[in-house]
Amino acid sequence: MKLRLMSTVAVAAMALGAGPALAANAPGVTDTEIKIGNTNPYSGPASSYGTIGKSISACWDSINAGGGVNGRKIKWISYDDGYSPPKTKEQIRKLIERDEVAFTFQTLGTPTNSAVHKYMNKKKVPHLFVATGATKWGQPSKFPWTIGWQPNYQTVGAIFGNYILQNHPNAKVAIINQNDDYGKDYVIGMKQEMGDKFDKLVVKQETYEVTDPTIDSQIVGLANSGADVFVNISIPKFAAQAIKKMAAIGWKPVHLLNDVAASIKSTYTPAGLENSKGIISVDFYKDPNDPEWKDDAETKAWHAFMDKYYPDGDKANKFNAYGWAVCHTMKAVLEQAGDNLSRENIMKEAANLKQVHVPMLLPGMAVDTSPTDFYPLEQMQMMRFDGSRNVRFGPLISAETE
Amino acid sequence: MASHDPRANPADSYLLFGIAMPKVRMITLVVGIALAITLPFMVSNFAVFQMTQVLVYAIAVLGLNLLTGYNGQFSLGHSAFYALGAYTTAIMIDRYEIEYYWTILPAGIVCFIGGFLFGLPALRLEGLYLALATFALAVATPQLLRYEHFEEFTGGVQGIDVFKPDSPISGLNADQYLYFFVLVVGALLILGAWNLVRGRTGRAMIAIRDNPIAASTMGINTSLYKSITFGVSGFYTGIAGALGAIVAEFVAPDSFTFFLSVWFLVGMVVGGLASIPAAIAGGIFILYMPNVSEEVISLFFGNDPSAKALIWVAFGLFLIFTVYVVPNGLAGLIRQGIAKLARRPGA
Repeated sequence: MKLRLMSTVAVAAMALGAGPALAANAPGVTDTEIKIGNTNPYSGPASSYGTIGKSISACWDSINAGGGVNGRKIKWISYDDGYSPPKTKEQIRKLIERDEVAFTFQTLGTPTNSAVHKYMNKKKVPHLFVATGATKWGQPSKFPWTIGWQPNYQTVGAIFGNYILQNHPNAKVAIINQNDDYGKDYVIGMKQEMGDKFDKLVVKQETYEVTDPTIDSQIVGLANSGADVFVNISIPKFAAQAIKKMAAIGWKPVHLLNDVAASIKSTYTPAGLENSKGIISVDFYKDPNDPEWKDDAETKAWHAFMDKYYPDGDKANKFNAYGWAVCHTMKAVLEQAGDNLSRENIMKEAANLKQVHVPMLLPGMAVDTSPTDFYPLEQMQMMRFDGSRNVRFGPLISAETE
Repeated sequence: MASHDPRANPADSYLLFGIAMPKVRMITLVVGIALAITLPFMVSNFAVFQMTQVLVYAIAVLGLNLLTGYNGQFSLGHSAFYALGAYTTAIMIDRYEIEYYWTILPAGIVCFIGGFLFGLPALRLEGLYLALATFALAVATPQLLRYEHFEEFTGGVQGIDVFKPDSPISGLNADQYLYFFVLVVGALLILGAWNLVRGRTGRAMIAIRDNPIAASTMGINTSLYKSITFGVSGFYTGIAGALGAIVAEFVAPDSFTFFLSVWFLVGMVVGGLASIPAAIAGGIFILYMPNVSEEVISLFFGNDPSAKALIWVAFGLFLIFTVYVVPNGLAGLIRQGIAKLARRPGA
């Protein structure tokens, strides 16, 4: 309480132009330690994401073994919220009010983060690099304490829209999307990119519910529309069903599949590698299992990290590479903040990352933020599945979100 | 003197540690109220927030208990009433800018009507079949809340932000104020339930539970009473949902999955069937038991995230243990304890 008061006074002093007075460090920061809070779905319907929290925990272990950040060890407190928004609210309050963490990092899920969005901003606690691709995390004027990380879903939708306009300007487009904000965000991105062409080219759009047992009937309906480009916005389970059904009925359009499902292990293998040939998608970080990165130094370092600090983790699961990359983004912010670890300064540095390279991002990619740009990653590269691996093609594509 | 009154409860003449039972009850009530009023000033804001949640869950459990404990009807669909109440409040506050305190009663009334209407056709269903029908209600509700043509009101998957009221009373912070607000609403509801189950309606409800044929022979309109009970149960759970929305400051379809119904059921069974104080015990169990499990696991495994999966194993063990040791719920345990310790006067 005293600390917060002091930092308020310090900020007020700065605002009055009293000179570069240093704000007091955030709660949870000592000379030897920085406490970071997190919530993850270790149980419940989204528990497959739980490995992200675990790989980040292992990443901090490895950083602490190397002496920590500027001499401070990271204490990572991660609670299970079961992907339930009211539970997230409770756990986040516990982290901030009882455990007194300095800030939260990589809290996972769109509905869950929505439940604490206002609370974090009211409390003025940095709500850093949330693990969701929704666009609403980048509103610095309205929510100055919340920032996202991964390329948002609208960006990917825009990339798909652009690809269709460039390569198939006269296509007949069919779309399937999951009926929630994740699915709809992609379509919004496509619409923004394609303008009035969207209504001209799209001949049929179907949706599915995440609770549906199968999407076979939607696929048959889309195939009957005569479309020759298929935009598939679905999670791995349904993407695999779609690919299988398409092979069964002999529908062979140009298949654009969202990055969420472009996984060899969880989508293409169950759907049949032969059936999946030719599918186009996008990505922003390296697949550590791809032979292309066999001799890549960063990938080797990741393998060594997994062996030593997270031996239970599945190396075939790309989320573990994601956790490594985002953890190093956080480390970069703390390094930049140096010994000025007030909440204000941590937030300021998170919004002041200039072309920071973090391991496992695709070559040429960097994290970049500014006080008006709260979208750290806005580039992706397209790739095509050749029957055994995703082959990247074309340049890095930037799609700035307004 | 009381022993001469033919209406007197014979149990009232017993003594617990030399104190007459009605007096014991009065002392317990006074101590309970005193604790409920003073505790929020002695603990952190986070603990006050948790206590507020306990009250909200207790009200929902009470609603379910009126239906199952007193009337013998099963429901796996109370998350739907809770959601309906929460959304009614959220929509009134967010879309129509109505003050939060005016939204509680309408939320309850909407759920009363919803419960009554659902109760009418559900009357044809007994026991497990009714449980299945209500299960369908619980599963359908989050989907309906997502439905795009309702999005204008429900906010779709994004949900709705609910503004938390500031405390209008100086000396109380927002968390403490909200706690007392929920406490007052909860106290009124408990008083209402207490009156209901002790009166004519309550006797009819219990008679239908114990023997529906005999009850109808006695002239009780079973279908009407069953529907009304469903409505009243919905009313309570809906008000809990309305308060829950204000406490959590947010509603979204993912907050009201079928699992919430199961939590209410767990709270009711662990607390004890057909008992009003049991609802509070149920609320405490729902909120604190997962947290206790988490603490126990972190006591043994530290902060190792790989141990997170064990939290629910620990919770499961606690639950099995509770059901095994106190089959009549925590309220039943207390009742048994009193029965053992109480003595007839002069004995």
